[in-house]
Amino acid sequence: MDFIKQFRFFPEEASSVAGRVDTLAIWLFLVSAFFTLLICVLIVWFALRYRRRTEDEIPPETVSHHGMEWSWSAAIFVLLMVFFVWGAKLYVVVKKPPTHAMEIYVVAKQWMWKIQHPEGQREIDELHVPVGRTVKLIMTSEDVIHDFGLPDFRIKQDVLPGSYSTEWFTATKPGEYHLFCQEYCGTLHSEMIGRVVVMLPHDYEAWLAGTVPDVSPVQAGAKLFATYGCAQCHGQLAPTLAGLYGRNVQLDNGRTVVADESYIRESILNPPAKIVANYPARMPSFRGQLSEEQLIDLVEYIKSLGAAAPTTAPINGVSPDAIFNQPPARQPPPVAPIPRGVNQ
Amino acid sequence: MTTGTVPYIPAVEVEERETYLNVSSKIRSWLLTRDHKRIALLYLISITFFFLIGSSAAALMRLELMTPARDLVQPEIYNRLFTIHGVVMVWLFLIPAVPTTIGNFVIPLMIGARDLAFPRINLASWYLFIIGGLFTIAAIVLGGVDTGWTFYTPYSSVYSNTNVVLTILGIFITGFSSIFTGLNFIVTIHTMRAPGMYWRRLPLFIWSLYATSCILVLATPVLAMTLVLLGIERIFHVPIFDPNRGGDPLLFQHLFWFYSHPAVYIMILPGFAVVSEVVSCFSRKRIFGYWFVAGSSIAIAFISFLVWGHHMFVAGMSMYGGIVFSFLSFTVAVPSAIKVFNWTATLYNGSVSLKTPMLYALGFIGLFTMGGLTGIFLATLAVDVHLTDTYFIVAHFHYIMVGGMVTAFLAGIHFWFPKATGKMYPEWAGRIAAALIFFGFNLTFFPQFILGYLGMPRRYAGYPEEFHLLNVMSSAGASILAIGYIMPLVYLIWSLKYGKDAGPNPWKAMGMEWTIPSPPPKENFLKIPVVTQEAYAYHAMTPQGGDGPILPSAPPGERVQGGKVVDVEWSKQ
Repeated sequence: MDFIKQFRFFPEEASSVAGRVDTLAIWLFLVSAFFTLLICVLIVWFALRYRRRTEDEIPPETVSHHGMEWSWSAAIFVLLMVFFVWGAKLYVVVKKPPTHAMEIYVVAKQWMWKIQHPEGQREIDELHVPVGRTVKLIMTSEDVIHDFGLPDFRIKQDVLPGSYSTEWFTATKPGEYHLFCQEYCGTLHSEMIGRVVVMLPHDYEAWLAGTVPDVSPVQAGAKLFATYGCAQCHGQLAPTLAGLYGRNVQLDNGRTVVADESYIRESILNPPAKIVANYPARMPSFRGQLSEEQLIDLVEYIKSLGAAAPTTAPINGVSPDAIFNQPPARQPPPVAPIPRGVNQ
Repeated sequence: MTTGTVPYIPAVEVEERETYLNVSSKIRSWLLTRDHKRIALLYLISITFFFLIGSSAAALMRLELMTPARDLVQPEIYNRLFTIHGVVMVWLFLIPAVPTTIGNFVIPLMIGARDLAFPRINLASWYLFIIGGLFTIAAIVLGGVDTGWTFYTPYSSVYSNTNVVLTILGIFITGFSSIFTGLNFIVTIHTMRAPGMYWRRLPLFIWSLYATSCILVLATPVLAMTLVLLGIERIFHVPIFDPNRGGDPLLFQHLFWFYSHPAVYIMILPGFAVVSEVVSCFSRKRIFGYWFVAGSSIAIAFISFLVWGHHMFVAGMSMYGGIVFSFLSFTVAVPSAIKVFNWTATLYNGSVSLKTPMLYALGFIGLFTMGGLTGIFLATLAVDVHLTDTYFIVAHFHYIMVGGMVTAFLAGIHFWFPKATGKMYPEWAGRIAAALIFFGFNLTFFPQFILGYLGMPRRYAGYPEEFHLLNVMSSAGASILAIGYIMPLVYLIWSLKYGKDAGPNPWKAMGMEWTIPSPPPKENFLKIPVVTQEAYAYHAMTPQGGDGPILPSAPPGERVQGGKVVDVEWSKQ
């Protein structure tokens, strides 16, 4: 009878938002249960109380009551709006990553997950993260649409080919958790699964130290930057890339865009899409020449070329300009928050 | 048949009377018929066939999911099974189910017309439906299709190696059948109502099918265009949705759901239509809040076009887009709640008879309520992020589509079976089947809500060990559900030959279809009736039973008191 003991209604609450999503879901459940019971009880009661006693019975006429109709409609609407606002507020939290998150890249392909850590570690179908540290995933796909779903963290996000989508979490409980592809992606969709390993900070440091890191994305990107001769133009004929990341860029059509990862990626693959004001559209497209991993390396390298001042606080007390063209130093993990002790 | 209750119809023996069924028995007379009642039966046979195909696929899926391992079928087969199940059930069963069978049969009868406005288009729509269905069947026989019924790009347009083009061609053609049916109903309801059948006197069935038809006509062309774009990208490699060549994969989802969300209401509004009629008849009550129930159908049809984005909260849409679509999705819950409250209130102080159609209708109210309320979970943004693409979604839409629509369809089939065939089905068999379906359905799909909250993804051929118990429960429920569905198929066919004679109005129901003999004559009404009363004048029924709110061929003799038509000039003696 082990399976009865193991029976659960809720998955682990292993992220900072999981408990808040569950609380909202429990309230939704209570309200739903109330209305389901109300309707069922009324139906059964009316069906018995007013059951037909003779075949020719003619019940008295009931005239519908407009005041009653309008008031229950209004009451339902108000109740619904409570849940709309509650859900939307929490959604903003779930969607907007906090600043200073640890950025990890994810490249999906049929039917595997390739993970790229900032220090150079690469993993397949596994993601090791420290507990208590905010992690932002920057994800793209090489082929079809996938979805990076973490039920124990109550988050998921579709991973699209051709653009970056992001997802963030702060794990609160060490352990191993399911990683499911949650968007149907072809034959082995149901085998595109993996695990997220949440570790205590010192275990995580030990894991990092115990793995052989590849070249870090920034270093690999610097090499690509040189190989493709990007510096021949950028800085003189083309806009400088130093301090580009996170800045507002004025385009020649009068619009302004924020130079995030997606913008940098698009500008490498499809330069004419967004032309910086006062510069000619002369950059060739690099579509087809760079793999998604190489694109990530380049993006990371360009991001490392000094971040825009307003969005970046000093790293380790050193202002970004002082470490110009160097990869930013790793931030020390903040003190782990106390994990939510009680599950459910 | 007692001639006393229907004095204006010539009294002839049932055996000798000419009906739409015995007017000619040649195969040709069926295949070239323009009689809406015969076309309804052609549709009924066709959709029953497709329902059997769709449910066989579901049965195999539930068998595969009995165990966590991928053992009975391999993933490539499993993917084809859920695609077949979705495509066949949505386009070849649920969308045509009530409108083309019950709707086709009773709309002209309810409004006092001799046929639909365009009988030839009605027949053409059946042929298009069959041709579309055959293309879909061909796609299955020739190796199947594995994209899921949603055909998400770029998987469907670039990567899948299965019969995508053949399948979407089938759906494309079937779409025209839907448009024909919708147009035909709209024109019929506008132009063919009998004298005195004002809009305020229309049965709620007509209101709901009117709303359905509007969606069919407005939304289906968008599906057709979307499928054409998908076909162009797949056949001619013109980049539309493929991002590697400058396309936008999300564009497909926007276009697809712009059709497919309204399509959800194409499927459920006819269910509302049936339930309104059945609840009123078996409570002997006017539907509580007639105008609110009628208006909510129109409101649902309108709002249904504004909520498609709620399928895409995690697809990569902007956060603000998500918030707007969440708000709009919440608003659609209000008219749905109005309907549930009004049906329940109709029972109050009524004369409730728990015959089979009523059991199905009451089951519908309960299951639809649960399906609707779990929809609130999914409209709530942060909760949807966790639940979307899990079994919670599967459970939610099966509560609406199967618990709601299929249950309502069976309510309607049992309710109008005596009218269409002149025979009664065995009441106790009907009640047992209704109970089995209610129980089996809940056992199949309730565990899936829990599976979904626990995180089990949909469209998985295998799953981690921890989800085993709930999946076994679900599969066990599915086997009970299957027995429940086979029972009506057997006893209804049996009743065609051995059923007791029904007479014109076995339920003592209001509504013009009950004033004519069963089965109806070919031309429905020998004389076009004149309507003098509201649709649900049960309170004015005579103790001998009512034969409807009309006075066939008599001059309109309504008396108005306090703004209400209270005419009771019964066609008794």
